[in-house]
Amino acid sequence: MSATGQPVAGRDGLAVLDAEEIRRALTRIAHEILERTHGGDEVVLLGIPTRGVPLARRLAARIGEFEGLEVPCGSLDVTMHRDDLRLRPARALGRTDLPASGVDGKTVVLVDDVLYSGRTVRAALDALTDLGRPRAVQLAVLVDRGHRELPIRADYVGKNLPTSQREVVHVLLAEVDAQDAVMISDEGRTP
Amino acid sequence: MKRHLISAADLSRGDALLILDTAEELAALADRPIKKLPTLRGRTVVNLFFEDSTRTRISFEAAAKRLSADVINFSAKGSSVAKGESLKDTALTLEAMGSDAVVIRHSASGAAHRLAGWVRGSVVNAGDGTHEHPTQALLDAFTIRRRLKGPGARGSGLDGVRVTIVGDVLHSRVARSNVLLLSTLGAEVTLAAPPTLLPLAVDTWPCAVSYDLDTELPKSDVVMMLRVQQERMTAAYFPSVREYSRRYGLDAARMTRLPDHAVVMHPGPMNRGVEIAAEVADSARSTIVEQVANGVTTRMAVLYLLLGGTEFPEVAS
Repeated sequence: MSATGQPVAGRDGLAVLDAEEIRRALTRIAHEILERTHGGDEVVLLGIPTRGVPLARRLAARIGEFEGLEVPCGSLDVTMHRDDLRLRPARALGRTDLPASGVDGKTVVLVDDVLYSGRTVRAALDALTDLGRPRAVQLAVLVDRGHRELPIRADYVGKNLPTSQREVVHVLLAEVDAQDAVMISDEGRTP
Repeated sequence: MKRHLISAADLSRGDALLILDTAEELAALADRPIKKLPTLRGRTVVNLFFEDSTRTRISFEAAAKRLSADVINFSAKGSSVAKGESLKDTALTLEAMGSDAVVIRHSASGAAHRLAGWVRGSVVNAGDGTHEHPTQALLDAFTIRRRLKGPGARGSGLDGVRVTIVGDVLHSRVARSNVLLLSTLGAEVTLAAPPTLLPLAVDTWPCAVSYDLDTELPKSDVVMMLRVQQERMTAAYFPSVREYSRRYGLDAARMTRLPDHAVVMHPGPMNRGVEIAAEVADSARSTIVEQVANGVTTRMAVLYLLLGGTEFPEVAS
């Protein structure tokens, strides 16, 4: 759902979250994860490429600040498990990088930027099954924009953003896009 | 990427890097408890082998199965399957069975190219005569990159890497594909062989030629030994196997001339004691076993990129 790379300058769109708001939302999610997992023991954060990965790292860093706890953090590529592979030419794979401790018996928190149809998360659940057997799986997203096509919901949400299906939500993160922002735009007007 | 993989020359630098980077991600699969991905479920890959092969056929079979494709093995070993008409009939039979990709090995150069005009699916050349063997070149490039630059070298080519390919270049489809692919990736390739075992138009290839192995060894990052293909040798290309081995074989004494970081490769099967000595083949520099493992990974990447996405639009033939 996110744009590929360029800073927003000049793009027609409405900023719905700025850098400060993203920071606060992640801080709250980090606290919520600690609360819901009783102190963050046995938690593994797995980001879904591309932008879920830096988000997972930021959450891990915050949990480290708050509790002095090193939370294992990795990435989980879901490309090979997607249900829409045949709708587009074969695409490049993202990285799957599991922490050395693995996922068996852990509480895995999947982290992604935007929750939309839920199909990416379904693919992630399948990919995770092949990697081990977590005790529980939870989902953290920066933006939930609605329009679910599968019975999937997020456990931690940065912002609920009511959208129409015509609109496009772009999450920009400093690690990838040189700045932090969440933008919403009309598809017809984006380049 | 094109729809077929017939020649290493079909691959642009971008295509080649995409395959190597995809293989890099898929390599991690070998360490996982479940070595399988659901990506090609419901797709059929036919292994059409008109020539003897163990490692290539098994490698393609393992690659297709790890991606959950159905595999049909067709082996014409020992039969008198002629070229032309009967290859076409076989192709039409496979077509009727609903194959999505055909992996073909044939003793006639150009067989894969012909087949590509007859079937709807993708054709992967697994060796056609003395012409090409592009997936071998891809796995060799992948092995070189991993050995010299480490497993994290995504996106990088082989710029400036000096590769010396030694031996029977004339009969070698591996050499031709490697010269084309490695030079696309930026490597500097030198062929070291007796003049009788070099093809006629070798001066048009993107590589240098030398008749003296000993002067090339100290400047090489990679030495690739080719098999002496006795089954294809219909004339006297060198006086005796012993003389060939003395001048172009890699033995332990010659290996000491290599720089410390250099690696020794061989596409297999080896003639131990002819082009490569046993102590070299089993040394720490040798990548021969890695090449087999990397073969499965690289072929998975090729099958995924050819079959994993939208079907290619019909091409009018």
